Amino acid sequence: MESEPIIRVRELSKRFGDFTAVDRITFDVARGEIFGFLGANGAGKTTAMRMLCGLSYPTSGSGTVAGFDIAREGELIKRHIGYMSQRFSLYDDLTVMENIRLYGGIYGLSRREILRRTAALLERLDFRAERHTRVGRLPLGWKQKLAFSVATLHRPEVVFLDEPTGGVDPVTRRQFWELIYEAAAEGTTLFVTTHYMDEAEYCSRVSIMVDGQIRALGAPAELKRHYGARTMDEVFRMLAREAKRTE
Amino acid sequence: MLRVLLEKEFLQFLRNPFLPRMALIFPVMVMLVFPWVTTMDVRHIGVAVVDNDRTETSRRLISKIGASDYYTLQEVTDDFAGALDALESCAADVVLEIPDGFEEGLSSDNPKKASISANGVNATKGSLGTQYLQQTLMATLVELQAERGAAPAPETIVVQNRYNPTLEYRNYMIPALMIMLLITLGGFLPALNLVNEKETGTIEQINVTPVSRLSFTLAKLVLYWIIGFVVLTLALLLAWIVYGLVPVGAAGAIYLASMLFVLVMSGFGVIVANYSSTILQAIFVMFFFVMIFILMSGLLTPIASMPSWAQCITYFLPPRYFIEIMRAVYLKGATLRDLWYDYAALALFAAVFNTAAALTYKKQL
Amino acid sequence: MGGFLSFVKKETLHIVRDPRTMLIALLMPVVQILLFGFAISTEVNNVNVAVVAPRPGETIRQIVMRIGASSYLTFKGFIPASDIDRTLRAGDADAVVVFADDYDRRTADPASKPDGKPAVQLIMDASNTNTAAAGAGYLRQLLTNPEAFKAAPETRLLFNPQMKSAYNFVPGIMGLIFILICAILTSVSIVREKETGTMEVLLVSPVRPLRIILAKMIPYFTLSCLNLASILLLARYVLDVPMSGSVAGIVGMSLLYLALALALGLFISTIADTQVTALIISAILMLIPLIMLSGMVFPIENMPGILQAVSCIIPARWYIDAIRKLMIEGLPFADVLDDFFILAAMTAALIGVALKKFNDKLE
Repeated sequence: MESEPIIRVRELSKRFGDFTAVDRITFDVARGEIFGFLGANGAGKTTAMRMLCGLSYPTSGSGTVAGFDIAREGELIKRHIGYMSQRFSLYDDLTVMENIRLYGGIYGLSRREILRRTAALLERLDFRAERHTRVGRLPLGWKQKLAFSVATLHRPEVVFLDEPTGGVDPVTRRQFWELIYEAAAEGTTLFVTTHYMDEAEYCSRVSIMVDGQIRALGAPAELKRHYGARTMDEVFRMLAREAKRTE
Repeated sequence: MLRVLLEKEFLQFLRNPFLPRMALIFPVMVMLVFPWVTTMDVRHIGVAVVDNDRTETSRRLISKIGASDYYTLQEVTDDFAGALDALESCAADVVLEIPDGFEEGLSSDNPKKASISANGVNATKGSLGTQYLQQTLMATLVELQAERGAAPAPETIVVQNRYNPTLEYRNYMIPALMIMLLITLGGFLPALNLVNEKETGTIEQINVTPVSRLSFTLAKLVLYWIIGFVVLTLALLLAWIVYGLVPVGAAGAIYLASMLFVLVMSGFGVIVANYSSTILQAIFVMFFFVMIFILMSGLLTPIASMPSWAQCITYFLPPRYFIEIMRAVYLKGATLRDLWYDYAALALFAAVFNTAAALTYKKQL
Repeated sequence: MGGFLSFVKKETLHIVRDPRTMLIALLMPVVQILLFGFAISTEVNNVNVAVVAPRPGETIRQIVMRIGASSYLTFKGFIPASDIDRTLRAGDADAVVVFADDYDRRTADPASKPDGKPAVQLIMDASNTNTAAAGAGYLRQLLTNPEAFKAAPETRLLFNPQMKSAYNFVPGIMGLIFILICAILTSVSIVREKETGTMEVLLVSPVRPLRIILAKMIPYFTLSCLNLASILLLARYVLDVPMSGSVAGIVGMSLLYLALALALGLFISTIADTQVTALIISAILMLIPLIMLSGMVFPIENMPGILQAVSCIIPARWYIDAIRKLMIEGLPFADVLDDFFILAAMTAALIGVALKKFNDKLE
């Protein structure tokens, strides 16, 4: 390894009462990776991710993101990450420009810098005509692309994407993944949860969670070889079959 | 950072198709309509007199009642049961019974007493009617005695109604209406706004940013603070233009108290929102407290008449202090120095509630 | 019908699965009725009196003792004449009784009238008009020659002998709480489905829209009935409200009123697009008119004609009127038939308009 992993998780657990949502997971994510965080519904993906983003305290175990401790330095982590939740969460009643300006301002970008990055962003998404449209009126696929761009506006070291392509048509999904690749090429680390196994194939490495535990971890090609499967989908099915927990 | 958050709050408020219009129209409606409602000054109380005395005294009393604008003399009979029937069927509000030998008894040591029966269902009319009638009766008796040179002439007692010489009830209610406006708007709106962000999920996006909970809460408080300022100004202007009522005390003292109070209410609204996960929960809790604020802090009924345990509760109701300030400054011209205690209480509430509001807003679970 | 029942079940689950909201909805009326029933009173008591007496003699001391003994008045102490205004402004006293220098001498010899000056001056803080008027009345009675005072009339209130304000306020609070809680619950639950998009899912189901709406109402109606039961029991056994009329009449009237409140909530849900708007209408905008115009605090017959007319569209006005007659005066149901029909007509009108708007939106 040429450098410290950007995300480092050791024996991380989260319990709600008797229910163990995340059960002693351990993994590292290297800088610049596209890390796929897979698992069936209710496997504990979102809970684990929320702990990494500083939205939720771990019950036990430890972890660092961008060099900061997730239990104690949540607010510092937030300066270095971007986050896009499965629920669209930009402000519907603000325009495209206004949303960008809001989040740019929140991360302390200067007015000039915001304008510069906004112009570039609108150009890349081909959104120029829509910059004064209220976000609530955009189609879902556009909203998701915008949300991703806003989440990466401040050039974070890691971006967490929680099922970013849910409910989006295949063409837009394709475009969305191009955005992810672009960001990775610029050195950003991406941490993606997804249901779509074809998307898993695009990742540098993936982990598969079952019942709160990580059952498999590695590059897609490695995993397929290890389980003797042709696609990630088959790998996933083999592991998910063992799940005891249902939603 | 605060600047962009403020910009966001204002844009959202102004862009809402409903809120800005409501924040303007609602105070105007309230100030135009409700001051007319509130006349506690009951007139035309229906009186039935049962005269069993039939003397000069009783006739004088009846003619007094007949002449007064406060009463409408329904009937004079000697049938008490019939008069009570009239009372029950709401044909009369109060029955005055003058017993046989009333006049005669006045000069004895053990006088026969007149009795007043009122319909207690409408407590306001019943109790005020009784009170008025009692006064009329006493005044008449004193007058008669004075004519005979037996008692001090009535003019030896002079009543001076200071600050509101005509006892205009409206002057008393107008500050109360302003307070109601600030309680409802200042409390409900911030609570709704914040819990709505929770329900739509936008707050989660904010929570993963470095925005501090203080600046996020502050941006919301500033917006509602300014709305409170606009609403109050509007209400003050209307009170002046429509009713000719201007504060006797300093307008600055009113603004200071109102701004503190809006801060108290919005801080309270934010706390409620922080503890609620749905809009419905937030609104029910707010509604519960707003009702208590309006009905128990002396806005419509006197605190002094409450049982002592209830009076103790009122010390924990911030509107209590605000109401005292508004009435004293508006009508009596009281100054900050007279009311430092109430201002201090409001400031304390504002500090406690807003600190709690910022602390209970959890970015991390 | 099976579809309908499963909708009812779904709505019931919504309520039961959110125990906090349910608890608040059930407990709030109980706490409020107790608090307001015991605490609020329009009667003026404990008027704070300060006294200015340059030379307090025996007579004045007796008067002060009588002030202290009266439940209507509270003696706050002697103050110098220069402090009158400050005392009143700071709210330390509601009234100041100013005795003339030679008060004792004058009362001893009523025939003497040394100068034109009054023997006693009552300076009232009239910024609170009720306290001022009542306080002046009490003081006047207390100061008048005790000879005349002996003949003070006995007073009593029919139906409400102890002048308990609970009698007056319970119907008012019922009128207020029922309509607000029901309107809030129904309007929000319908608008929330609009907001989250689940309404469309429901509407494409084979169940007719009218039934969907009805299914939403049933659980809330049940919840409100529980509220009604708890309030009536509290009123009867804790607040000692007589309930001299027919309980069936009271319940029937209340059920109609609940139906009206649900219909109002439905109507609000057709004009509001977001939960926030629905709540602003059903909670904020309705609260002040309800308190002011329903006759709960301010007698309607005192209002100017136009406002009396406006108050006619406030449903609570009719309900409170009917409940007062049934609960406290013990009149038969026949005497509240007009109230009943007005409320019934309002309910029908609200449902009609709401359904029309609801159907218009579908097309």
